[in-house]
Amino acid sequence: MSLIYGLITGILFGILLQRAEVLRYDRQVGALRLMDMTIFKFMLTAIVIGSIGVYLMKDLGLIKLSLKATSIGAQVVGGLMFGIGWALLGYCPGTAGGALGEGRLDAFWGILGMLCGAAVHAFAYSFLKTQLLGIGSFGKISMPQILGINHWTVIIAFGAIVVFFFWIFEKKRL
Amino acid sequence: MKSKRWDPYIAGALTGLLLVLSVLIAGKFFGASTTFSRSMAVIEKRIGVDVNQFEYFTTKKGKYGPDSLPNWQLMFVLGIIIGGFIASTWSGTFKFMTIPDMWRQRFGGNPAKRAITAFIGGAIALFGVRLAGGCPSGHGISGLSQLAVSGFIALGCFFIGGLITAKMLYRD
Repeated sequence: MSLIYGLITGILFGILLQRAEVLRYDRQVGALRLMDMTIFKFMLTAIVIGSIGVYLMKDLGLIKLSLKATSIGAQVVGGLMFGIGWALLGYCPGTAGGALGEGRLDAFWGILGMLCGAAVHAFAYSFLKTQLLGIGSFGKISMPQILGINHWTVIIAFGAIVVFFFWIFEKKRL
Repeated sequence: MKSKRWDPYIAGALTGLLLVLSVLIAGKFFGASTTFSRSMAVIEKRIGVDVNQFEYFTTKKGKYGPDSLPNWQLMFVLGIIIGGFIASTWSGTFKFMTIPDMWRQRFGGNPAKRAITAFIGGAIALFGVRLAGGCPSGHGISGLSQLAVSGFIALGCFFIGGLITAKMLYRD
């Protein structure tokens, strides 16, 4: 059943990504060149709605969070590396498949490259573990936790900042 | 006949809703990059490599190893391909392209050049993503919907790295 849920969820997500044109190189690199804010609009809205829903469900005791541990060394180095690769490829792991689905054949080479990158990472993992993963390791922490404030305060503040950015995007017609 | 694109705010909101439903019904947050690691574990095992020599494929009781597939995330990633195909075909926006327009304007029409760049970019991207522990779907949408500190750091660095590189690639 879990496999079927995954497939259906992926198909629906793929449809939303494709119709919003978020799968496209021109929009992903356009976002990175600060010329086209479609990606930001899509992602930030998803996060605002998602955070409201997730924490509502959590407060009602219906779901459990699944936080990824904070490891500053790994996330900063890995994050910057991903950014470099992202600007070169113009697709991310989630969108590369969808891009292929709408006919973008260059995504195929990107996916092949990603598989190689995964293999190299697995090969280097033992080394990375001792050198990088320990730096700034803080466990599975959330913003409300480290700020010591209620999660709804964080969500509302985050939402307000996002709305402010959306206002700027629309004003500048990005 | 081409359909008009969907408003990214609305599509984003629906995505947030989809995420919440997924967690509620299946207990699963979105993610995509781990599937690439797991797929390589399966592929390497198939071609006869001893995957147990790689700590990454045996750690956490083989969470990233060859026996972890098939799983929810693999189906999610495959579903995205199918969803992209369905939506593009139905809306008339499906198009075989070897080179994106923005790329062509800047770097020309050589498909080999694009293929090599895509390959290298993909390799660097996925290495970085696995080091960071997640991609824009995992750290971005799932992580930040949970207000995870790891998500803020990762997504921030995704964009800093991306912004600088894109600026360098497309500088005048």
